[in-house]
Amino acid sequence: MSSSTPQASFWRGFRNGLPFLIVVAPFGLLFGVVGTEAGLDLAKVMAFSILVIAGASQFTALQLMQDQTPTLIVLISALAVNLRMAMYSASLAPHLGSQPIWRRALLAYVLVDQTYAASSLEYERRPTLSPAEKIAYAFGVAASIAPGWYGATLAGALLGTTIPDAYALDFAVPITFLAIIAPALRTLAHVAAAAVSVLAALLLQFLPYNLWLPGAAVLAMMTGAQVELWLERRK
Amino acid sequence: MTGYSDLTTWALIVALGIGTFGLRFSFLGLVGDRELPAWLLRHLRYTAVAVLPGLVAPLVLWPQATGGDPDPARLSAAAVTLVLGIALKNVILSILAGGATLYLVQYIAG
Repeated sequence: MSSSTPQASFWRGFRNGLPFLIVVAPFGLLFGVVGTEAGLDLAKVMAFSILVIAGASQFTALQLMQDQTPTLIVLISALAVNLRMAMYSASLAPHLGSQPIWRRALLAYVLVDQTYAASSLEYERRPTLSPAEKIAYAFGVAASIAPGWYGATLAGALLGTTIPDAYALDFAVPITFLAIIAPALRTLAHVAAAAVSVLAALLLQFLPYNLWLPGAAVLAMMTGAQVELWLERRK
Repeated sequence: MTGYSDLTTWALIVALGIGTFGLRFSFLGLVGDRELPAWLLRHLRYTAVAVLPGLVAPLVLWPQATGGDPDPARLSAAAVTLVLGIALKNVILSILAGGATLYLVQYIAG
């Protein structure tokens, strides 16, 4: 059961990451298509996916660029969408903090939603893993996802405008996120946090710069933490 | 089509890349293996369920592809994905079922 080498962890991560390709690939493909349709050349579309590797924020930036938004506001909005990455970083830090800085930096580069989701689940499931095994697992997940992300973006950019709208690829994003969230709704605290997240996101839409998302996230995290405390006190 | 100069577009992409890396590196790089306080960990436990539902909600209710109008196909697909995801806890199966629902309802609705 416990295969205890970083190599074994890496390959377990790699295998666990592969299913994500079913959702990462259409997402990357879509970005390639939409980016090309928006008038970006191949180099810029690829630079987005290679330098940023954060689909939701890439789409946000692209959308705002087409609306002729001032560059600083495009940047702030897209980074607001990525604020959750800082929370991922903080959440993994206790597990990986003892690793050499270059490894942590490299992992930071590939710390996407799926890397975080799979890794935090793995660390919860196998708390006895060493930090080296833990980071190897995360790298394994990333090693299966990142090339797929680059490749799919490239394919999308080359396909350009030939994919008909009827395929509704836009909805690959919400469906993916929903499928990832659903199994995480384990406790009342998780459910409460998710409910507040949805409500707040819808009610805060009037906020500028996509601040509705970080705003909703902070409220939802406070809700989860408070419900957890409340449940503990009732025991 | 985007009314930016080549240089501005490149600067934006690079800045977004650096900023995103900065967010991802923030705690991993600066905090190291110091213990984080319990109250912070208690909040971080809910990161995923705090961010992703909020990100998804407007996309489900007001999809850009329909110009922001609620769409039966997308609403059904989202519901099927969520319910199956909770019941079966199988990500891929839920996604496939959600996708199938999307196409099926689109097909029926013409």
